[in-house]
Amino acid sequence: MINAREEILSKIKAGLDPLQSRARREKSVETRLSNPSKHVIPKRAQLDRAKRILLFQQMAEEVAATTSRVSSLNELPETIIEYLNRHNLPSHIKTDTNPLLNRVDWAKHPTLEVKYGKAEDCDQNSVTVAFAGVAETGTAVLTSGPNNPTTLNFLPENHIIILPVSRLFGTYEETWARLRAEMGEIEKTFPRTVNWITGPSRTGDIEQTIQLGIHGPKRLHVILVEGNDEETG
Amino acid sequence: MPPPLEKERIKQMQVTSSSFKENTRDALSNPTLQNSLKRLHTGFVSSRSRAAARMPEFELLRDQARDIKDHVLAHLDVYLEKFELQCQAHGGHVHWCRDENHAKDVVLDICQKANAKTVTKGKSMIGEEIAINDHLEANGIEPIETDLGEYIIQLRNEPPSHIIAPAIHVSKEQVADVFRLTHSDLDPARNLDEPDNILAEARAMLRNRYMEADVGITGANFLVAETGSSIIVTNEGNGDLTQTLPRVHIVLASIEKIVPTLLDATALLRVLARSATGQEMSSYTTFSTGPKRDTDVDGPSEYHVILLDNGRSDLLDSEFKEMLRCIRCGACLNHCPVYGAIGGHAYGWVYPGPMGSVLSPGLIGLQNTKHLPQASTLCGKCEEVCPVRIPLPLLLRNWRFLIYDRGLTDRKLTFGLSIWAYLAKRPMLYHLVVRWLIRVLALGARKKGRYKYLPGLKAWTQTRDFPAPQGKTFMQQWR
Ligand code: SF4
Repeated sequence: MINAREEILSKIKAGLDPLQSRARREKSVETRLSNPSKHVIPKRAQLDRAKRILLFQQMAEEVAATTSRVSSLNELPETIIEYLNRHNLPSHIKTDTNPLLNRVDWAKHPTLEVKYGKAEDCDQNSVTVAFAGVAETGTAVLTSGPNNPTTLNFLPENHIIILPVSRLFGTYEETWARLRAEMGEIEKTFPRTVNWITGPSRTGDIEQTIQLGIHGPKRLHVILVEGNDEETG
Repeated sequence: MPPPLEKERIKQMQVTSSSFKENTRDALSNPTLQNSLKRLHTGFVSSRSRAAARMPEFELLRDQARDIKDHVLAHLDVYLEKFELQCQAHGGHVHWCRDENHAKDVVLDICQKANAKTVTKGKSMIGEEIAINDHLEANGIEPIETDLGEYIIQLRNEPPSHIIAPAIHVSKEQVADVFRLTHSDLDPARNLDEPDNILAEARAMLRNRYMEADVGITGANFLVAETGSSIIVTNEGNGDLTQTLPRVHIVLASIEKIVPTLLDATALLRVLARSATGQEMSSYTTFSTGPKRDTDVDGPSEYHVILLDNGRSDLLDSEFKEMLRCIRCGACLNHCPVYGAIGGHAYGWVYPGPMGSVLSPGLIGLQNTKHLPQASTLCGKCEEVCPVRIPLPLLLRNWRFLIYDRGLTDRKLTFGLSIWAYLAKRPMLYHLVVRWLIRVLALGARKKGRYKYLPGLKAWTQTRDFPAPQGKTFMQQWR
């Protein structure tokens, strides 16, 4: 009996345009993969830096995320403590080991308990560093890796994302370009998980009314960190 | 290559499409369902129109989406092989499955090898198509749906009635009832009146299930050939917990889900959420590639992708080929006057609405589904909103020709005596359909300040005799 793979492929081949030989199809796929076609880029997302930040905040807040801006990494602990207090949340966070956060002097703020690693069911608050941001829809892009557990983005009820403004782009396309620039041949180095996160968890499954926080975080807060690439990138 | 309708597959899942008329009658006399369907307008339909209006490039994005899918279909063999190669290069396993039985066996085998007792599931239409839950259950493995809508209908023991909002037919009170019945160790006097309470209970009940599951099964909105990735688009975050926490992740996908590159996927994602729920982007869009890497902190240790054919390769050289562009956004359901009057269950199989009426006969044969292509007024609204511009009315007419050709028509439903004649004899249904259509059309017209023209209506009345129903005529109702 011929195996399913061969059977399916031969049925597909028989159904394709007979004028396009396999060799021609391969050639055209090769071309497409090596020069991905230029797609329509919405005008909305083609903005200067200041407007990009504003658009990101506007779009994220439209989908019930909250945002704040700090001028340096050193302000993070206070901003986080204040956020947790405002929502009556316990003063502890689980965070990733992104090198960016190594530069934060957590010890100066003994009231904030900081733990590292993947999320456990008991973790209420997580802090993770975004790979990039997309102003077009207020979307944060997070990648998994040795320092970035994916579970931190989904298990805790409250999720705080740190987004360096130097990595805030207009469009998704620019974030892919940045990933390629940093990871080399992404066909080989592509992370296990890339998460685009646009607002907190929601559902419309009860009578088509939007409710927040069904399985993922109920609250999403994005802290935009100013500074040049050396400081925050 | 035989046309799709030559082979009438025997489906193990119960197909009730042949009782379309009885199903319709039931749907019309179900007040809860009728209430839920009314909300489609204030919900999905108006959100989509807002989202489209906010994106000046939307029509260009739709052309582009159509072209990407056409390009993939014309090179499908090469892209599938490329995907397989890339997926394997990242340590993933690819399983080619010719039909639902084959896919079920492969999934069961993976679960059994993992010694699975429980399996969490994200929303997957392929999962419904192959009825994977029944198969797992029959073999002693407990499947747990984690999407809130899917969880509700699993507890109620019924199929989904919408491809993106599976429990759209269920009222809040009915959810509370089934929660009380199922979560019987909780306080029977607890308050479940508000959606908040219902959500909190569902969240709490499913938490442990995520943690203890051995295998997580998700669907895929797209598969990326360039990187070997699967993409899921969700709002709840259940899909991500399902594919991240268990030791094994299985992706259920069909062969037409392939896109060439990350940029192509991105282009399609710009139209998917806007067409589906009217969101600018869904809460969570996730690209998964292979199992967890050696240095990763979390993620599954095994990653499997099921590539299901189940009749699709036959559609490729049929006049229904364009249906393979479908990205399952649900817009054609939301805007369909017939779906809006009868809901999803009446269609009798997993894919309802216009997309289902075209796809189901192609996948499971005409014998069981010959009423479905008649379940359309050919008003054209579905094609007008389809993000990949599938000419659904034309494809429905193609099926009608085939039905006529094969002599499959029955006395009551002969070709040419289409849904309008059928509706005319059923004033209540007629009224519902027309009311629906008016509201959908009005949405477009209202923006212009007055009802100057009705998109689609001209072609609609030109091409058919408009039967006068008992009661008011269409124009009387319109005024
Ligand atoms: S046929 Fe078009 S509108 Fe309908 S679900 Fe598919 S993509 Fe969406």
